[in-house]
Amino acid sequence: MEFFKQANIDWMGKTKYFVALSLSLLVIGWISWARKGLYYGIDFKGGTLVSVRFAGPPPVDKIRQGLVQQGLGNSVIQQINDIGNANTNEVVIGLEEAGGGEEALDAGKTTILNALHSTLGAGEPGKQDFNSVTVQALAEQLARKDPLNLGTNPGDKYTQLAKQLTDYRDHELRGVVSDLGQLQSAGVSPAVISALRDTYFASNFAVINVEIVGPKVGAQLRKQAIVVTLYALGGMLIYIALRFSGGGLLHLSVSSGSFFLWRWIDFVIFGAAAVLAVFHDVLITLGLFSLLHFEISLTVIAALLTLVGYSMNDTIVIFDRIRENLRLMRRESFASIVNRSINQTLSRTILTSGLTFVTVLVLFLMGGQVLRSFSFALVVGIMVGTYSSFGIAAPLVVAWSHWRSQGGAATGTAAGDKGRRG
Amino acid sequence: MVANLRWKIVSIVVVVVISVYGIIGFPTSWAGVKKNFVDRIKLGLDLQGGTHLILQVQTQEAVSLETDQVLDHLRTDLRDKGIRYDEIRKLNDTQILVHNLATDQASVFRDFVSENFPEWDIAPAPNETSGYVLTIKPSAVALIDQQTMDQSVETINRRIDALGLTEPTVAPYGRGDNEIIVELPGESDPNHAKDVIQAGGQLELTKVEGDRAYSSEAEALAALGGVLPAGSELVPGTSGTSNGAQPSAESWYVVDRTPIVTGRDLRHATAQPSTENPGTFEVAFTLSTDAARRFGPFTEQNINHEMATILDHKVIIAATIINRIEDSGRITGGFGEQRANDLALELNAGALPASIKYLEERTVGPSLGADSIRHGVWAAFLSLLAVIFFMLVYYCGPRAKPIVVIVNGVVLFLAAELFQTVLTLPGVPSVTYWLGLLGLPAVLLFMLVYYRGAGLNAVLALVLNLVILLAALGYFEAVLTLPGIAGVILTIGMGVDSNVLIFERIREELRAAKAPVSAVDLGFKRAFLTIIDTHVTTVVSALFLGVFGTGPVRGFAVTLIIGLLANLFTSVYVSRVIFDWHLAKMPRQAELSI
Repeated sequence: MEFFKQANIDWMGKTKYFVALSLSLLVIGWISWARKGLYYGIDFKGGTLVSVRFAGPPPVDKIRQGLVQQGLGNSVIQQINDIGNANTNEVVIGLEEAGGGEEALDAGKTTILNALHSTLGAGEPGKQDFNSVTVQALAEQLARKDPLNLGTNPGDKYTQLAKQLTDYRDHELRGVVSDLGQLQSAGVSPAVISALRDTYFASNFAVINVEIVGPKVGAQLRKQAIVVTLYALGGMLIYIALRFSGGGLLHLSVSSGSFFLWRWIDFVIFGAAAVLAVFHDVLITLGLFSLLHFEISLTVIAALLTLVGYSMNDTIVIFDRIRENLRLMRRESFASIVNRSINQTLSRTILTSGLTFVTVLVLFLMGGQVLRSFSFALVVGIMVGTYSSFGIAAPLVVAWSHWRSQGGAATGTAAGDKGRRG
Repeated sequence: MVANLRWKIVSIVVVVVISVYGIIGFPTSWAGVKKNFVDRIKLGLDLQGGTHLILQVQTQEAVSLETDQVLDHLRTDLRDKGIRYDEIRKLNDTQILVHNLATDQASVFRDFVSENFPEWDIAPAPNETSGYVLTIKPSAVALIDQQTMDQSVETINRRIDALGLTEPTVAPYGRGDNEIIVELPGESDPNHAKDVIQAGGQLELTKVEGDRAYSSEAEALAALGGVLPAGSELVPGTSGTSNGAQPSAESWYVVDRTPIVTGRDLRHATAQPSTENPGTFEVAFTLSTDAARRFGPFTEQNINHEMATILDHKVIIAATIINRIEDSGRITGGFGEQRANDLALELNAGALPASIKYLEERTVGPSLGADSIRHGVWAAFLSLLAVIFFMLVYYCGPRAKPIVVIVNGVVLFLAAELFQTVLTLPGVPSVTYWLGLLGLPAVLLFMLVYYRGAGLNAVLALVLNLVILLAALGYFEAVLTLPGIAGVILTIGMGVDSNVLIFERIREELRAAKAPVSAVDLGFKRAFLTIIDTHVTTVVSALFLGVFGTGPVRGFAVTLIIGLLANLFTSVYVSRVIFDWHLAKMPRQAELSI
């Protein structure tokens, strides 16, 4: 089976459509960025995040009441609506970093937990919440109660039992036990359950994730993100400069009277075009992040760097082919050489982008809430990164070559451009 | 050429065997498969659940302490030497002010200081006629900082170690800001962790004045006539009731300022079941011989009086001295096992030389970790399924048998179930587990024998790629995180690119009417440089991510890099070998199935 046996599309002629698409995406993104700004996660902003999972639909109003009572009226409660899983029954409670320093943050988490427990059921006094018990604490408690009558030296039987119970709670019940009777299905005897009932109650929620980032660390991570990005881009630039240094438009054989800057750009035009295309990709992606209110965290930065690499790949494949064809097809115009190169690599481009796109789409839909922003960056990035190679990078090179051939003195085929349609 | 090919195939088989061993070892049972797999692949905090802390050591306290000590020494020394001055006091953490030094002794003073306190700079005090400001040198501060950091890391390490967690991490973090990163996989109660880390400050055993606790500061002062006796201080308790059990937060003790025994003198402390009070525990401790020499007389003189154990300026226990204690004694108080263990831990771990502040805290509960594994594995298998399906259909020429492709899809689905069972559920494996375990290799074998095509080539290369990737993670003890699973998925997508590049080239050469053998040869040759290019650019950016990133981001970078490097091997070498083998077996006039 083959999709594009002999493609013969005039890509350079269609440049204006791609540029129009890019411009509109950029403009939409910029407007959103200017108005809404970027939605930074707590990695960069600092703050407290508590994720709570409920057995049933979360009682958001009661939670809000409880938080207000504890003085946390400025907290943000977000209900998680997962694309892949409609009823997650999860809520994320966020507290902005209020400038009180690290102590205030820790207090924030405790206050949130207090609010939850006070409004949503502290259960019976003196009893602990089974949903937050750890294996060691549970094992200790069971050993004390000794419901299986194992005597004074039970070995680690109770630790195993505790692990069995907590595993059941965490894997089967997704962390929330709403009634201790549910634990019967874990395969434990009723004696154990009644021993548990003496010490524990089951609230109908569990804290599944807590993140506290102090302001100092937030600033550090921001700096780190920028540093990594710059280094990575720098590294790639150097590599491309090396790989394509012989492949600049030196075939134009411009006369020595030409401005030195233009000759220098001749030398690096391939690399520069690739890097500009990559910047374009990142800007569009960030704009869409702002527009669709996806959170920017450290993993998103990782995704952005990956898509930078991916977009570079795509562009390099086309440029490699252009360079090969430049040697073979000396008689043709530069634009038509570029067209031919893109057509020759079209199969590969569509296939690879398609397949990679499918994989990250699956990740976006089925990879869970934690990876949502990350996979969104890749989904958008792969689409944009693919078309930027033949829609932005290649036309840039062609445009430069055209400009040069019209400007300074040139020889041979390039001069012939003037007479022919490019 | 045939012999050459044989060696190449052998080398590939060797790689496969080593990789599979790296993932599941030599299991003797199905439970063994699961156990080995879980043992070998280290899961990150976001998949296992656990606590991640970044704390900052307040090294300035250690510097301040040093300044205090120098101040004390100066006072005594200057007095001994007869150098007169009005006042000497601490200006701040790093500076001491000598006010109104006798002018005729100025040079004696300066000489004395530079000889005995070489880490301190002397400068005339501003706005003073004859005052001096001593400032500790930055190099000395740096040294104190470093020592404090080292000791803190070691102490925290020791304490965390005693928690019995698998693979905790305690290490300096970041660039020069006295930060320490602590990662505790499997510990989902950060407060417990923090208690164990922080609850060790200065340990002191000292006499309690009056043998009693007071319920408030005011009451204590009132009882003593409004003024603390010289050489004593007021210290609060932590919780509980006094005399043998934990002191309550509302109890205050008047204790001797000079401790008889400090943390330095403590040799060892252990929790042991109490013989007098069965069901409870006590802490037995041993002291160094030096300390024993002091402790013996002290305890003998103070039988029936109370002694307080002070940790971090809080009384954790006030016990009555029952008899003379030389170098070993017991602290009894009806402790529970955990409390006794924690107490022993705290006593053992020496002193944290400075207090710590928490900068960052992340806790992933185990249920979220299990969720993440489930999602990640599913996404990985579905994308693998999609890619394999497509490659088989696209690259398998006229022999493509849809039914085989569908069967393969079903088998992959079962393999996904198998994988998930291995990773998450305990207990007896389900039916799908067995189907997957047996079905997958069966179908692949079938396809290899009956159904030859370039698509299968790509699929085999891809599967081997993933196997090598997982094995490498195990061998390097790299940590698999959720973004790491995403990295695996990306490897699937980007890895297949290499094969696509080669196959498209081969198709081009075939179209140009080249013979199959030279078409394959040219295809690989021409595509090779481009493959190198694409891999290097992605590896470069992932490299920076791996160096600068932490935790999940680093996991992503590591899996991506290993995946791409493995991909170089499988798509260039292994694919080539499969093609060569196929070409060698093909009759001369036959068409290449691509």
